[in-house]
Amino acid sequence: MNVIKSLTQNKVAMVGFGILFMFVVIALFGPYLYDGSPWRMVQRPFLPPFQNSNYILGTDTLGRDVLAGLIYGARISLLVGLVSTTIALLIGIPLGAYAGYYGGWVDEVLMRFTEIFQTVPSFALAVVLVAIFEPSVYSITGAIAIVSWPPVARLVRGEFLSLRSQEYVLAAKLNGQTNRNIIMREILPNSLSPIIVLASLMVASAILLESSLSFLGLGDPEIMSWGYMIGAAKTVIRQAWWLSFIPGIAIAITVLSLNLLGEGLNEALNPKLSGKRES
Amino acid sequence: MKPLLHVENLSIRLPKGADREFAIRNVNYELMPGELLCVVGESGSGKSMTANAVMGLLPKVIEVDSGAVTFDGFDLTSLEERRARALRGNRISMIFQEPMTALNPLMRVEDQISEVFLIHTAMSATERHDRTLALLEDVGLPDPKKMLRAYPHQLSGGQRQRVMIAMALALEPAVLIADEPTTALDVTTQAQILKLIKELQHKHNTAVMFITHDFGVVAEIADRVVVMEKGEMVELGKRDEVLNHPQHPYTKKLIAAVPPLVSPQREVSVHQEAPILQVKNLCKTYTTGGSWFTKARIVKAADDVNFELHRGETLGLVGESGSGKSTVSRCVVRLLEADSGQILLAGNEIQSLNSKQLMPFRKRIQMVFQDPYASLNPRKTIGQIIADGPIAQGMPATDALAKAAELLELVELPKTALDRYPHEFSGGQRQRIGIARALAHDPEVLVADEAISALDVSVQAQILELIDVLKKRLNLAVLFVVHDLRVAAQVCDRVIVMEKGKIVEMGETSQVFEAPIHEYTKSLIASIPGAHWRSGVEDNQSIEIMEAQV
Repeated sequence: MNVIKSLTQNKVAMVGFGILFMFVVIALFGPYLYDGSPWRMVQRPFLPPFQNSNYILGTDTLGRDVLAGLIYGARISLLVGLVSTTIALLIGIPLGAYAGYYGGWVDEVLMRFTEIFQTVPSFALAVVLVAIFEPSVYSITGAIAIVSWPPVARLVRGEFLSLRSQEYVLAAKLNGQTNRNIIMREILPNSLSPIIVLASLMVASAILLESSLSFLGLGDPEIMSWGYMIGAAKTVIRQAWWLSFIPGIAIAITVLSLNLLGEGLNEALNPKLSGKRES
Repeated sequence: MKPLLHVENLSIRLPKGADREFAIRNVNYELMPGELLCVVGESGSGKSMTANAVMGLLPKVIEVDSGAVTFDGFDLTSLEERRARALRGNRISMIFQEPMTALNPLMRVEDQISEVFLIHTAMSATERHDRTLALLEDVGLPDPKKMLRAYPHQLSGGQRQRVMIAMALALEPAVLIADEPTTALDVTTQAQILKLIKELQHKHNTAVMFITHDFGVVAEIADRVVVMEKGEMVELGKRDEVLNHPQHPYTKKLIAAVPPLVSPQREVSVHQEAPILQVKNLCKTYTTGGSWFTKARIVKAADDVNFELHRGETLGLVGESGSGKSTVSRCVVRLLEADSGQILLAGNEIQSLNSKQLMPFRKRIQMVFQDPYASLNPRKTIGQIIADGPIAQGMPATDALAKAAELLELVELPKTALDRYPHEFSGGQRQRIGIARALAHDPEVLVADEAISALDVSVQAQILELIDVLKKRLNLAVLFVVHDLRVAAQVCDRVIVMEKGKIVEMGETSQVFEAPIHEYTKSLIASIPGAHWRSGVEDNQSIEIMEAQV
């Protein structure tokens, strides 16, 4: 309760949350409310924004509606961001938890495994993975998840290492609780706050990663996305700058609002670390 | 004589939302040249606040509301920063509680100390070197020449505190403020540091403001005493007056809570039945470091430890830090694996059992932990915390919760506590919850690992009494790990003294305290601060105080 209260009092975080909420609403209901397909050619190509009241943001190189592209693109960006982060958490949390809780050789093996992923540049790995498995929403989401779980594992491992010697964990051991119970019910709830903060920032970087892949032409060819729009417009940037600019702004605002929210969450969940509520 | 430091009507306001409006309120006292004034109080009494105000160490959100601290004609609370800096470290200096964090880990001892000269004087490099060396000799550090080149991590806690004192006294300040300088130290080291402070104070005629929570320390070194309670000054007087004839009820209560250093006469019970817990030849060695090129550091934390514990008995395990007492207690409950030896619980060997076989024995031996703030899961309700154990052992959840309610009553907490979270409770109440959790299994053996050392003295007394009552009522065997010898003298039937992993002495409490045999025990007992006070003859009086309380 306290967390929600201090989060709502944080104006900057609330601005981030507001923008994000708007994008989520657009992504969920936009396609039903705004009539128009992002693929259909509706007007002459290179129609600048605010010239035709039917197509406010103008049209692209093939005469397709840019606003429709933005709305459908919001869907894919947020979806890929959320799903890939969830998968990354599902991989990273158990790995980190086991490594941190058991220590010893379990830790060694799991952490060396994690380091293999950390030593490969994540973007290059994502490109390779998508290229191998043919570009599709599934392969993109999977590739992003696979390159973004190692930081989660490391964070969770660190939390578990410091919490496992806390006296309440020892008391649970003395109670005869099973290791699974101790991990799930004693330690994990107490290490959630940094994980939540990290997750909010991971969604932002996943959105960026998805856009970068689409920009390179590795996006799902069936689906309109912001990165694809920028990529398609890059050759005509001198004639029609708005075609790169508008989806670019959309990406920037989404990522910024996620970062603001993450920052706010960090302050609300770790008041001592952020140093704002020191007495 | 003119006072050196004059605290007049000082009030310091706390920020909004704190538990009280003022950190300290209308505090008045003076520090005379060459005297040692002790400021005593429990945690949260505001005893360090005045010192922080003097040194300009108050956090930004806390402001001096009214009053003044006069030193040398200046009001320190309103002095501009540039002039205050010239006084700090020069005329007024300070020693802190934690000697490790108060020294810069990246600076050698010499640089650390001579920095003071560099800032405040115009000495040449050789002069600074010579003065620093002289100071190290002054504070009694062994091999001062070598010490100059040492880094803080290469020194022991007591040595670090000596370096701090050398730094503080470098410019022969008129006033030395010592904020709990011996709290983090072992009792024998504490005795040496107290002696050193007293000696240096006489030698240089320094006025010392000594902040402490320990009445033993007060009895040992103070000239005059200020007692603080919740930000108010409740008593001020000469040491002997305050200690032996306290006027204010709070002072009386505090002093009554200090365990007298005489073990009460206990019936020497002859145990008929077999001991509930037997520890035979227990060994545990820690190896740290060690690689192809460096030799591993081997610490014997338990070295051939043997003892027995009967039901209805309290066995004290005393020793300084590093003596292995905590290791032994953790091996006994099998939180740590011993290297060799046997642990028999009611005749059953539990040392060699794997975790599954151990399950039925877990509930028969339980532990109360040291830190009341770390021993309760902050995300669980009190009910869950207490009931979790029995549920894990197979009791239905409703029965376990009903039992938790009963246990809360047993440890004298309201039943409404069941649905509340740990942060809503004070340290003493949390420790009661910890005890309830341990008792949820109806254990036969209770291991208390420094269970009271994180608590204030008046709360300590209550928890000790609770453990004693429960022990009698439930016929528990209690293994009491403690570093405070006063407490050990009060609550234990027998004590074991440990040094460097070995048992050096074991016997009836009164016998160990009155006629110690081993040299180490003797030095431990001689080091107890204020040993002459509240022992033997004066004991009657403390009973009077207690009665006055009732």
